Parts: sequence; C-alpha cells; structure tokens
Amino acid sequence: MSAVLPLTSPVALRQRAHWTDRIAHAAMGAIVLALVVFLALPLASILVKSLQSADGAFVGFANFASYLTTPSLLSSLWHSVWVSGLVTLITLPLAFGFAYALSRSCMPFKGLFRTIALVPLLAPSLLSALSLIYWFGNQGLARGFIHALGFAEIYGAPGVVVAECFAVFPHALMILITALSLADARLYEAADALGTSTRRKFFTITLPGAKYGLISAALVAFTLVMTDFGIPKVIGGNFNMLATDVFKLVIGQQDFQRGAVVGLLLLTPALLTFAIDWLVQRKQTAMLSARAVPYRAKRAPGFDAAMTAFVSLISALMLAMLGMAVFASFASFWPYNLTPTLRHYTMGLVDAEVFDAFVNSLKLAAGTAFFGTILVFVGAYVLEKTRGMDALRPVVRLLAMLPMAVPGLVLGLGYIFFFNAADNPLHGLYQTLPLLVLCTIVHFYTTGHLTAVTALKALDAEFESVSASLKVPFFKTFWRVTLPICTPTLLDIARYFFINAMTTISAVVFLYSPGTKVASIAILNLDEAGEAGAAAACAVLITAGSTVVTLLFIALGWWVDRRTQAWRNTATR
Amino acid sequence: MTDYLRLEGIRKSFGSFQALTDIDLTIAKGEFVCFLGPSGCGKTTLLRIIAGLETQTSGSIFQGERDISVLPPAQRDYGIVFQSYALFPNLTVTDNVAYGLVNRRQPRAQIAQRVDELLKLVGLPGSGPKFPAQLSGGQQQRIALARALATKPGLLLLDEPLSALDALERVRLRQEIRALQAQLGVTTIMVTHDQEEALSVADRIVVMNQGVIEQVGTPMQVYRDPATPFVADFVGKINVLPGRLRPGRALQIGASRFECELDADAERDVKVYLRPEDLLARPIAAGDANVFEAAIEKIEFLGSYCHVSVRSAAIGSQTLTVYLSLNYLAEQGLEVGSRLPLRVMPDRMRFF
Repeated sequence: MSAVLPLTSPVALRQRAHWTDRIAHAAMGAIVLALVVFLALPLASILVKSLQSADGAFVGFANFASYLTTPSLLSSLWHSVWVSGLVTLITLPLAFGFAYALSRSCMPFKGLFRTIALVPLLAPSLLSALSLIYWFGNQGLARGFIHALGFAEIYGAPGVVVAECFAVFPHALMILITALSLADARLYEAADALGTSTRRKFFTITLPGAKYGLISAALVAFTLVMTDFGIPKVIGGNFNMLATDVFKLVIGQQDFQRGAVVGLLLLTPALLTFAIDWLVQRKQTAMLSARAVPYRAKRAPGFDAAMTAFVSLISALMLAMLGMAVFASFASFWPYNLTPTLRHYTMGLVDAEVFDAFVNSLKLAAGTAFFGTILVFVGAYVLEKTRGMDALRPVVRLLAMLPMAVPGLVLGLGYIFFFNAADNPLHGLYQTLPLLVLCTIVHFYTTGHLTAVTALKALDAEFESVSASLKVPFFKTFWRVTLPICTPTLLDIARYFFINAMTTISAVVFLYSPGTKVASIAILNLDEAGEAGAAAACAVLITAGSTVVTLLFIALGWWVDRRTQAWRNTATR
Repeated sequence: MTDYLRLEGIRKSFGSFQALTDIDLTIAKGEFVCFLGPSGCGKTTLLRIIAGLETQTSGSIFQGERDISVLPPAQRDYGIVFQSYALFPNLTVTDNVAYGLVNRRQPRAQIAQRVDELLKLVGLPGSGPKFPAQLSGGQQQRIALARALATKPGLLLLDEPLSALDALERVRLRQEIRALQAQLGVTTIMVTHDQEEALSVADRIVVMNQGVIEQVGTPMQVYRDPATPFVADFVGKINVLPGRLRPGRALQIGASRFECELDADAERDVKVYLRPEDLLARPIAAGDANVFEAAIEKIEFLGSYCHVSVRSAAIGSQTLTVYLSLNYLAEQGLEVGSRLPLRVMPDRMRFF
C-alpha cells in the first residue's frame, strides 16, 4: 500500500436525484427488465439448450458434433447459404437499377412504380411462392415455360430462389432509394465542369456514394433469405433449408437440442451482418452537409426511355405475382373452372375458422402497434432525454439494437425454450395472445427504436434543461412538447409494427395455439392441407387488410399534421 | 456588494481528461460576469455545473447562503438561455414565455399580465400568438430571454446566447441584454468565446484556458494588464517581441535600447508584449525616447483605420502590427515601402 493519499477523493460527487428523476429511472428499469425477460433470456436459453442433452445434462458441444455428422442437416446448411447468395446476386442489381431509375432519371409515373414495387411489403412473403405455384406449378398456367428453361418443376430450389427474389426486392429497394437520393448536385456540377464522361461520373461519384447502401442492402437480402421460413415451406418441396429444418426438428421431432444448434447457426449470419453493418455505418460520415444542393435529374430521352422500359418490366412481374394470387383466390376450381367466385373466401375462410385467425391477426397487429409504439417511444425517450443511471444506458442501447440481429425464427425458438419451461413463473403466458404480441414487438423493436431515436435526436437537446430550470417536471414537457412534435413519427412506428405483425410468420409459428392462430399461419396450414385456393384467399385478405390499414394511417397522418403540426408551416423566413 | 455565488475548488474530470481544475470564484449580487475562453476551455462545462446540468467531480457551490452543490436543477434558482434558443417550436410565444409560470398555479389573468410585461421588456409586444418559426433568430433569442426571466430567478445563465446570430443583430442584442440586466439587477453569467462581446458587456471577465482560470478582472484590467501570456494573446491583438531586460529600467530589443518601467535585478531574456495601439505614430517630438524607424510592408484597409504591418531592422526582423488612421496615412502620403517613426510607450509594455 502506498502511504501517499490521492489528492482528489476517489469518489466523484453525485447529484441528489429529484423525485421526477426517479420516475424516469423507474421507466428505464422497466424497459430493461422487459427486454431482458422477453429478449435476452429467451436467447440465452437457446444457447443453454444447445449445450444440454435431452434430459438437461451438460454435454458440451456434443449436439454440435452430432449435427456436423448428419449429412442431411449439413446439406440444408449448404442449401441455405447458396440460395441466399444467389438471391442476393440477382436482386441487388435489379433493385439498384430500379432505385437508380426512380432517383436519377426523368421517367414518368415514378410514384406509381414506387408504390407497385413496395406493395409486396404489405403481403406475407410467402404470397410470391403461392403465386409461383399458380403460374408454374404442376397445374400452373405457364408450366411449359419452366420446362423450356430446362427445369423439371418449380418446386425446390428454382421456386425458392425466384420467390425469395420477389420477397426481398422491396427491402433492398427501400435501402437503395435512400442511398441514391442522398446525392449532392455540386459534385456532378464540378465533374461536368471538368468534362467528365457519364460513365466515369457513375463509377467515381454515384457508386461510391451508394456504397454503404449497397453493402447494407446485400446484407439485409442475404439475412432475410437465410432466415425466411414461409417460402421454402410452401414451394421448397424436398429442398431442405436451415429454416425448415428448425421447424421440423423442434415441432416435428421435438428434438430441442439439435433445433437449438440450428437456431444458433441461423443466428450466426445475422449477427455477422449486424456486426459488418455496424462497422460500415461507423465509417460512414455524413454524406450530405447542410450546404449540399439536392441532385435533380436532367431529361435524357434515350436513358429515360430505357429506364422506363426496365422499371415497367419489373413492375409488370410484381403485378403478375400479386395479381395471380388475387385471381386464383377467386377462381372456382383451379385450373379447370376459372369463373370468379367467393367460394374460397366464404367456405375456406369462414367455415374453416380461418376468419377467426384473421381476427386474431388484427388483434395481434393492433396490440403490437399500440403497446409496441408506447414501449419503443418511452424506451427511446428515457434513453435519449433523461439523466442518471448511466451504467444502464449502454445496456438498453445494446438490447434495443439486438433484435435487428435476431431472425424471427430464432426468437420464436427462444420463446418456446424459455416460456414453455414448466418451472418458469411466466409459463402461463405461453401460447397466449399477449405473448405473441410481446414476441412481435421485440422482433421488430430495433427499427421502431431507431426511428424514435432519430426523431428525438432532431429535437433540441436543451428542452429538458430549460424545463428543469423552469421547475417543470420532465413528463410535463414530454406531454406538452415532445409527444406533439413526434406524433407523425409515432404513427410511422405504429404503422410499421402493424404491417409487420399482420404479415409475420417466422416468430409466431412456434407460439400459437388453436385459439391464438393468426392468418399468416393459417395460410401455411391451408396450403399443407391442399387448400391452395383458400391459402391464396387468406394471403390476399392479409394484403388487403394491411393496405386498408396503411391507407387509414396515411389519412390519420394527414389529419394529425393539420391538427398538431400547424407550427411547422408557419415559417416566414 | 454582497457575494451571491461562490464556487470553491470545482473540479470536473471526464475519465482521465481534466475538464476543470480547482476553480474558485466569487460573484457579487447584480454583477454581470463573462466566462471567456477558446472552445474546449471548460467555460460551458462550468456554466452547466452551476446550472446542475452536469455534476462537478468535487468542489462546492453556494448560491446566497444555500449549498447547491448536489441539488438537481429543479431545486436551484436560475433561468437559462442557450445558443440554440431551445424554444418549444409547437407552442406559441405566449405559451413559451408562460411555460414556467403555468406550473406555479398562478391565476390565468396574472400569467397573461406577466407575459405581456415580459414581451414588452424584451421589445416584442404583441408577438404572443406567433410560433417561434415565424420570428427571426434575434427575436427568438429575446423570447428565450423572456422565458428565462419569467419566474424572476436570482441568477441568469447565458450560454453563448449570441453566437447563432448575424453580426449586426449580435451587437444590438448584447447591448439590450446588458441594459435589461442593469434594469432588473439580476446576477448574470454569460459564456462567450468572443472577446469583443465580453469586453463590451461584462462587469468582470473570467478568462479561462484548458480548465483553469487564467485571470479574473474588469474588462480594462484584462485588456490593459493581462496576468498571463495567454490572456494577452487571447484578448485583443498583440505584438510579441523577444527582448532582454537590463538593470536600470533598460530594455534591449534587437539593436535598439528602450526605456521601460520595470527595473530588473539582473539581466534576463523576456518576451515583450505590445498592443498595436501602444505603438504611436504621433505625436513624436524631436528627441523623444523609445522611437525607432520602420518600413511599411502591408496595409490592410479596414475603413476609417488600417492594420499596418511594419518591419524595422532596428528591433530585429520581426513584423509588427500598428493601427494607423486613414487620415494619417493620407496626410503623410504613406504607402507600402514608406518609412515612418514609431514611439513605444514605456508604461504599456508587458513582460512575460
């Protein structure tokens, strides 16, 4: 021990907490608790299960070893990897071309094309698989086409690849539109002044500018395909992939241990993606300074025409996919009697109690949107705008970002392991609607969180300081200032939660009971039962429901803007 | 004058970085004090510690007789104005100004009256129904000031309140703030990095650098009698010349000898600090001491007067800046290359 005392006391002064601060601390504690119980612990239980034998004894990596010596499972791993890679390679250039046309050409009907390309986001991803079967399946309208291409049938790898391309396209497109629309016109003007060729401008300005968007879109596409369950289930046939393996192992064979191993395998690429994306984002400095001049495309008849043709082709394919599902859902008896009928909707849906599933879906979506928005916004608020509990803040940040890296299937798996355990006091929640809601909120937490954080960061950081100096408690300022300003953001978050809850399959597939079955799961069941028409009808119903709700949200947003955002439009300078 | 705010041994560290070291400061009631320093010197951190928005690592703060060292902001007594105005954009000017009053359960009529009074005080009567976005930057900052003063705080804290404004508005508002402060007599601390701002409004200036106070003094003291080379450099323009002090009030610069007021015990090297206005071009009478001849190297025209760079072999190779009026330059027909005599005032030399 040194005899010399340090000059400063080692313990830093701590400010006395005001009672209002304690409310914020309690809120943060509650958020952490919720994220730990409904995210961290389920994930941890997958890890635990993968290291245990069926009777719960610790067996180290025995399950992993047994997995690696099962050729059928290994082939699934390989299938998942190459299909994901191929879909990414196909989708990325197409989506880039589409985004480029939307942001850098003067083609007509941009809004329409954009809407068409993004509509699949409103449908369950397996809708494209159902449509493909109607087009190219054994009784498909155009089955000769794939024979001409040299494929025996659409089922299996070809079907999965094509269907995934359609499902992933809008996700990649959204990222690339954002990346390409952030362009500084001054760079192009400088290049023009130096007499740069169009080609060189593309490779030296456009592509480097969109680099991070491209990386991000590729990672998202790869992960989405890798962890998608619905499409391989519907159109994969005997072509096994990791996602379908998990389901078979856990639900079919009750082999939780190897199911956990596969779950961890699914988590790996997603975690890698997450890590790479994070590293890339950190390097990305603000592309657009406040002085940037927004890029405006100039007319170029030849280029615009070519872009219109390309975009029209893609949009036509999108519509063909969506339209076929709608068409088939109204066909009397495929493929022999195509006269329109509501038979599938009335008989298949109402009689087979699928209507109840649809109601469940609406309940799930409404619950997710309502409670999810509150949880996400309060979480983001206490994180960004309150003081104290500094040790807990990085934990909240990490937990809020983690769901991005966890595929729905893996999350659902964790929920089974954790909540189905008999000795868990929360066991009563298993298979109930509240648990489905919680699982869906957690599944889509990150996007909502980031949206809320972005909106909150745009607010002056000193609002809370000013309130404190005026002795107004923070929750009053939250209510009078923060919330009204952020209402449009809240609506965005709620809509995002709602649409995703309507269309999601992966997480809830492990968690429903007959009483809490949702419509997206009903599609799978109907398809499995050979009720293809009813399955299509159900998928169309979900899409229609999501569309109506989206339109309602748009109307609500317009109304809210008029009511609460008047101050935004009053600027005189 | 009675002491109103007392800081004792304030330290603040962020990890291993020492943001503030042993800050001791006493501010009298009704005083207008400026914290002046370059960015990163700790002036804003110190203000935020006084406001309770940050907590000092150690040290005490007393406001009046009250120990506020570890009190949360809501239990302290101050109003604050930020560089960003921080007006609530979705509330009208009236609601912004009344924000702190509404919470005190005063009758509505009384609040309305107080808001009117404050808007008049800051020169914006009748702007109550407007939203902040409808006002100019200077007007918004006046509203922020009204909001901060609404609850009649004992202490007004201003965190670079003028930095976001254009040059003309900045000068106008700083004079208004000073007049308002004098009228209300509220003890005020303003953080600024603009020395001109500090010199023009403050009763006392606290010059800070790298987390320590370099000097506390009236604007005149800080300018005329800087305590450290940093203060001399940071506040105002100054020429620095290498020299050698000799016993008998003598100073050697280059090949020339000057009279000075400091009687050194022994010969030593010093740096001589001379403000441009302390190098006089006139009046110079024949036989005056401390005169040397210099040649004009560059004339920077600034309107009624010019910054003139001169060089003189008599005092070494260094260029000096002097201020010469446009009239003088014209009278004497001075231009680049011309030679002119300059006189150094012995009482204005500072040595470090």
